[in-house]
Amino acid sequence: MSDPIHPPNQKSTPKGDGRNNAEAAGTPPARSQTTAAGPAEADVLARAQAGDHQAFAQLYSLHKRRIYSLCLRMVGNVAEAEDLTQEAFLQLHRKIGTFRGDSAFSTWLHRLAINIVLMQLRKKGLTLISLDEAMEPAPEEGPGRSFGAPDLTLSGAIDRLALERAVAGLPAGYRLVFILHDVEGFEHNEIAAMLDCSIGNSKSQLHKARLKLRDALRTNPRQEARP
Amino acid sequence: MTDRPGDMSCEEFQSQLPELIGSGKVAANHPHLKDCALCQALLADLETIAEAARQLFPIEDPPPKLWEKIESALKNEEESGVDGSGEPESGPERPEGEEDSGAGPEKPKE
Repeated sequence: MSDPIHPPNQKSTPKGDGRNNAEAAGTPPARSQTTAAGPAEADVLARAQAGDHQAFAQLYSLHKRRIYSLCLRMVGNVAEAEDLTQEAFLQLHRKIGTFRGDSAFSTWLHRLAINIVLMQLRKKGLTLISLDEAMEPAPEEGPGRSFGAPDLTLSGAIDRLALERAVAGLPAGYRLVFILHDVEGFEHNEIAAMLDCSIGNSKSQLHKARLKLRDALRTNPRQEARP
Repeated sequence: MTDRPGDMSCEEFQSQLPELIGSGKVAANHPHLKDCALCQALLADLETIAEAARQLFPIEDPPPKLWEKIESALKNEEESGVDGSGEPESGPERPEGEEDSGAGPEKPKE
């Protein structure tokens, strides 16, 4: 079932990214969670696994936007996002023969890309080591609670720079789930498969991410335009 | 923590919010919200944030030159005979103690 905070008909699902409309609408995916977005991609995938370069190029075309956008939102830097996207597809090329179809290809590819992004974050000096750690931020990194005193609410208009800054300030695990769900439009069951966590954990991480963003945006709702 | 209509405190309601929202139940119709401005505001803010993410963070295309770079790198790998599939550094991160099959992001259990 869909997340009412993200109305089904408003999911951000770009054309040609391998997702079907039912999935975009937040309903259980019509395709099997398995293998590919449809017979066409299954055929392309099979040819790519057999070493067909043209088919691999088609896979790139199908998935490049979501992989690049994931990298871009995770690292916040265009050049770095390009490098990470390149590395993700190079690894895909090396490992595509090992894809057995036990999960959706998109899920498998995203998991591969997520691991590359996490390794990059570790190289940059963040303390992340594994997906498990990404999914379990330190207690002090959790969002504030909202009991008792009246809160200052968001005005309804959120500035892009402020949101970018707030997202960049999230612990990596929160950021991952927020990007995968609210930006890329994945469902919790898909995210759970990508991150090897429970669906409940995915829901919880997303909620904490939104709460933490709320705290950050109320503290600093707008960034002044810089000359 | 204050008792609210529907026999639920704000803390209890908010503790249920991840599941209420994530499971697709209509949290806005929850009895607790009828007389709780605090939780109404919280839910409205969460909706605003989710909507802002969709509006302000579109899925973006990588530059066309990126495919050229990938093609070039693939060609170099093929010419040098690099496979890479067995290289530890190219494998996915795994939690410590978890078996790594070296087979990419496929979960070992599957």
